Amino acid sequence: MSVMGLFFILIACIALWWLARQGVLRSSFAEEGEIADFPGAELLPRPPAAKVGLGVFLAVAGCLFSLLCAAFFMRMDAPDWQAPPIPGILWFNTAVLIASSLALDLARRAADRRETDDVKSWLLVGGGCALLFLLGQLWAWRELAAQGLYASSNPANAFFYLLTGTHALHLVGGLAALARTARAAWSGRGGAELAASVELCAIYWHFLLFVWLLLFAMLAGWADNFGVICRRLLS
Amino acid sequence: MTDATLGEKENVLPPPAEVEDVELYHAKSWLTHYVFSQDAKYIAIQYAGTAIGIGLVALVMSWVIRLQLAFPGAIPFIDASRYYQAVTMHGMIMVVYMLTAIFLGGFGNYLIPLMVGARDMVFPYVNMLSYWVYLLATLVLVASFFVPGGPTGAGWTLYPPQAIMSGTPGNDYGIILMLASLILFIVGFTMGGLNYVVTVLQGRTRGMTLMRMPLTVWGIFAAAVMALLAFPGLFVACVMLLLDRTLGTSFFMPSIVEGGEHLKYSGGSPILFQHLFWFFGHPEVYIVALPAFGIVSDLISTHARKNIFGYRMMVWAIVAIGVLSMVVWGHHMYVSGMNPLFGFFFAVTTLAIALPTAIKVYNWVLTLWRADIHFTTPMLFALGFIVTFVNGGITGLYLGNVIVDVPLSATMFVVAHFHMVMGVAPVLVIFGAIYHWYPKITGRMLDETLGKIHFWITFLGAYAIFFPMHYLGLVGVPRRFYELGETAFVPHSAAALNIFITVAALIVGAAQAIFFFNVFWSLRHGKPSGGNPWRATSLEWQTPETPPGHGNWGKELPIVYRWAYAYSVPGAPEDYLPQNAPPLKGEHSP
Repeated sequence: MSVMGLFFILIACIALWWLARQGVLRSSFAEEGEIADFPGAELLPRPPAAKVGLGVFLAVAGCLFSLLCAAFFMRMDAPDWQAPPIPGILWFNTAVLIASSLALDLARRAADRRETDDVKSWLLVGGGCALLFLLGQLWAWRELAAQGLYASSNPANAFFYLLTGTHALHLVGGLAALARTARAAWSGRGGAELAASVELCAIYWHFLLFVWLLLFAMLAGWADNFGVICRRLLS
Repeated sequence: MTDATLGEKENVLPPPAEVEDVELYHAKSWLTHYVFSQDAKYIAIQYAGTAIGIGLVALVMSWVIRLQLAFPGAIPFIDASRYYQAVTMHGMIMVVYMLTAIFLGGFGNYLIPLMVGARDMVFPYVNMLSYWVYLLATLVLVASFFVPGGPTGAGWTLYPPQAIMSGTPGNDYGIILMLASLILFIVGFTMGGLNYVVTVLQGRTRGMTLMRMPLTVWGIFAAAVMALLAFPGLFVACVMLLLDRTLGTSFFMPSIVEGGEHLKYSGGSPILFQHLFWFFGHPEVYIVALPAFGIVSDLISTHARKNIFGYRMMVWAIVAIGVLSMVVWGHHMYVSGMNPLFGFFFAVTTLAIALPTAIKVYNWVLTLWRADIHFTTPMLFALGFIVTFVNGGITGLYLGNVIVDVPLSATMFVVAHFHMVMGVAPVLVIFGAIYHWYPKITGRMLDETLGKIHFWITFLGAYAIFFPMHYLGLVGVPRRFYELGETAFVPHSAAALNIFITVAALIVGAAQAIFFFNVFWSLRHGKPSGGNPWRATSLEWQTPETPPGHGNWGKELPIVYRWAYAYSVPGAPEDYLPQNAPPLKGEHSP
């Protein structure tokens, strides 16, 4: 529940900031004076719709992961909870995902400079690293399964599979978007359109990296104390 | 009377272009034009048609329930399993597949682009996908009627452990299809929800500031935001329950003995499911209610020829209700047992929602005060909504208190309460909205006489059904029971009242045929409506064509100069000023 609380405070802050920026708090409707003196003339230029759309989607995905984490912490208290050993390959996977995120950020910068060749190579590196990460996650699943740690044998295992699986599915979706972007890059459609598309991919990758780092910390048990602290705060 | 010309304002620049005109997708064949359409107006009609169709299935389910309650055992077809299946499917279909889909997918799709002055939703392709995934979800749900064991009978809340154990009807295939269908629905809804939110944020035409949007758009916008944040709760719950059922994980399933045999589950927490479910379940009430609030505000203002009282307050009330409703889910779990401090917290937040809601009701009443009220069919439905919603809301205050809720929780009182507040009330708004916007959708009026007959039978009939149910609850008639049998505490008169309720339910259900006849008959034979039969101000009534063409606005996007409630304006050429009419000389806004 604390996880959800934190998440909602974050969302509420963003919403308030946005409402304030839109001038809602400035009583823009009850303005005095001639009607043609339009009050919103100094409004900031709007970001592109696709970017806002991605932002809203990230809020939804963030909500999904927060809920999964909240469920994780609530279920953790049961006496039958036995956290599985963390497969060593996860460290490697984390490094690969960081590399993937970095590569896409470099692709974004290259696209801003309109250097399409650089964009292509960084997109390849980023996509390749992401694929490698997915393979690594599969490997981690196999490693756990080889030790007899199935989803049905302990809820901690089940959460491991569920959390990594959900994250991986989001990455697969991201790869589909990345493939579209890559097709645009290779078909020679450079320019602002490509830059926008690459930027969206980069943002999504950073988000997934951030989520993965939190999940990794949680699965490795470094966040165990978090639940204890929250309970003390509440009681 | 002053001249309405732009010319006198030459020293003032027109409002900035808040949105660039967009390249629209143009359908090339009959199939992409009418079936796989990317036009929000077609998608809206597809959404609403599917929702009403599946809603009729749920209506029949409610007859099954009522027939059993009034004449227990008289119809051999309705055995205990079928009764519980009917209860489950009635609840789930009405709440998720009918109400949510028609308000957001139906009215949201039709009204948002038209009301904010956009040519279409911002992501038309995703919007189309949203409908087809929703249709698939509905078909999966319907398929569960035809699998061995039938649909699930776990109750619409699908509480584990009973939902997936033998003994609950449909525990083999029904529950799996139910969960799969919900997961699909949420995926489809998220696609649509992204569109509704981003279109309101990005697609508004010049001059359409947030505080000039009609309250309908505010209501749908707030509901879409809430739904995007609340549906993941149901999604997580469904996925985890599905894993419990199929892979044998123990997210929710405790150690349990079934038929003398220990199941392989251990240590899961059914309470965890309840938290996740109600984290979605309570906001869901307002996901349905907020669009209804918005639509009613517009209907009342238009048909009473008066500006809405306290527009700013109405907007903030919508936002406040949206925020508060995310932190009240615990009041559905008073009888599940919880820390008394949490009980206190949830009771306080629940009662606090009464404040913004009361503000809205007062503002509706003050809008009507000394207004030029036209008792048209949409207005009758809007007024019916206010009465019903107040009625259901007040019993909500009773149930929001832990101490009152505990004895009443398992009785028909709760059934009466939530049917009043989120069954009858939103359905009245749906009818009102259809009577109101039908002329824009088809170019023809619905028949007023038939509409009024439909209203009075529906309104009085709904009261005949649900008002006595409160008394049944107070004398202790339990809900969820297939058959009461002989009990010492339930008086015999309860049976008579049950028969009365069932007869009323059959009549009200059958009376909806009047509505459907009206809708289909008026398509051909209705009075041509013209572009703006209600003399309304908001943008959807100002389209160059009726029904609006592809792209809605012809060559030029409209420019908005004022809010949507300029009715009975002194000095105006007519008694109202459309949002896009050029400013009058010396006119002061809103």
